[in-house]
Amino acid sequence: MSRRGFLGVAAAGLAGAVLAPGIQLIEIAQAAPAAGPAAAGASAKVRWGMLIDTTKCAEGCTDCVTACNTENGLAPATRSTDPQWIRKIEIKEIKTGRTASLPVMCQHCADPPCVDVCPTGASFKRADGIVLVDRHSCIGCRYCMMACPYKARSFVHEPLTEQKRDVPRGKGCVESCTLCVHRLDQGDKTTACAEACSQAGHGAIVFGDLNDPASEISLRLRAATSTQLRADLRLDPGVRYQGL
Amino acid sequence: MVPPRSTSGASPPGGRHQRTGEAGSAVSAWLVWAALMPSAYADGGRTPLPVIEPATAGTQCVEPAEVMRRSHMRFLEHQRDDTVRGGVRGAKYSLKACIDCHASAKNASVARAETNFCVSCHSYAAVRIDCFECHTSKSPKLAQGATR
Repeated sequence: MSRRGFLGVAAAGLAGAVLAPGIQLIEIAQAAPAAGPAAAGASAKVRWGMLIDTTKCAEGCTDCVTACNTENGLAPATRSTDPQWIRKIEIKEIKTGRTASLPVMCQHCADPPCVDVCPTGASFKRADGIVLVDRHSCIGCRYCMMACPYKARSFVHEPLTEQKRDVPRGKGCVESCTLCVHRLDQGDKTTACAEACSQAGHGAIVFGDLNDPASEISLRLRAATSTQLRADLRLDPGVRYQGL
Repeated sequence: MVPPRSTSGASPPGGRHQRTGEAGSAVSAWLVWAALMPSAYADGGRTPLPVIEPATAGTQCVEPAEVMRRSHMRFLEHQRDDTVRGGVRGAKYSLKACIDCHASAKNASVARAETNFCVSCHSYAAVRIDCFECHTSKSPKLAQGATR
């Protein structure tokens, strides 16, 4: 037998060989493409975003914060170091005395500085524009918290129990608003905060696809002036504000 | 995850200063001991074997048991990246689906008590897993009627 022929026969024999009890090479090869009726996943054609109309946001109302905590299993923040994904702030222009109340959360930047600085690649942007932390690779260095100009990220200092089934979270990782990604992946078209705001009758938060010209958020953004927080940084945030 | 440390690599008794004949007999004695001991362990000797809680009756695992025992961590690790980064949910190897079938009827969990499904094997194999520091180990279906 020629050398080439021998190698061919040997390779064919190995392919069917049992590597270990229960595992065969051929099975590994077949298992390689993700099995099952998997959904398409995040699409790059979509860019999720939010429009917050500060003229409709009621001072002292924290329905969005409460809804976020309930949806994602966060305990209400009592200390400055407690995790918080969305917070209400009151701002005042000193010269005129004009006040405004608005929620601030992760702005889901198109060019997120948190992703730039992450040493492990745990901080990432999904195809549909949602900026997330992969807790499997987050080492808790908190560099992203320092890089974020919106103070949107929190670090979990204490061990957690009773997490929500769809929202795994734990001690030692950084986390922030996920735009209720678990709901979007299941086909829901809104977030907990936007839902709570419209249920409370304010309707200050509009959630939708910025890439779809017919979506409510796109129509509203086209009709009226909106502001990006810290637009000077040119991060192209997915969250826009009206009436600031 | 730390792989279990193998005990099979332990060196037989007998030092460098021993003469060849003594060392040889020590090695053969050790080999006889090593050949006999596993059977003693297997039938309930000094090391207790893990007692694995059966899955919920009437359920079927996504792979045969021997494949799952060997490769469950690879299935989960591969799919978690697709889920977290790609947003692909509800694929074949889901941790949620594991929990739904394998949660204990007593405390609705796979990892709360020493006897629970994941912990019973992992403590035997001395493999510490941190899945359930973030993921809930409880099945919502069973949690209704279960006692803590």
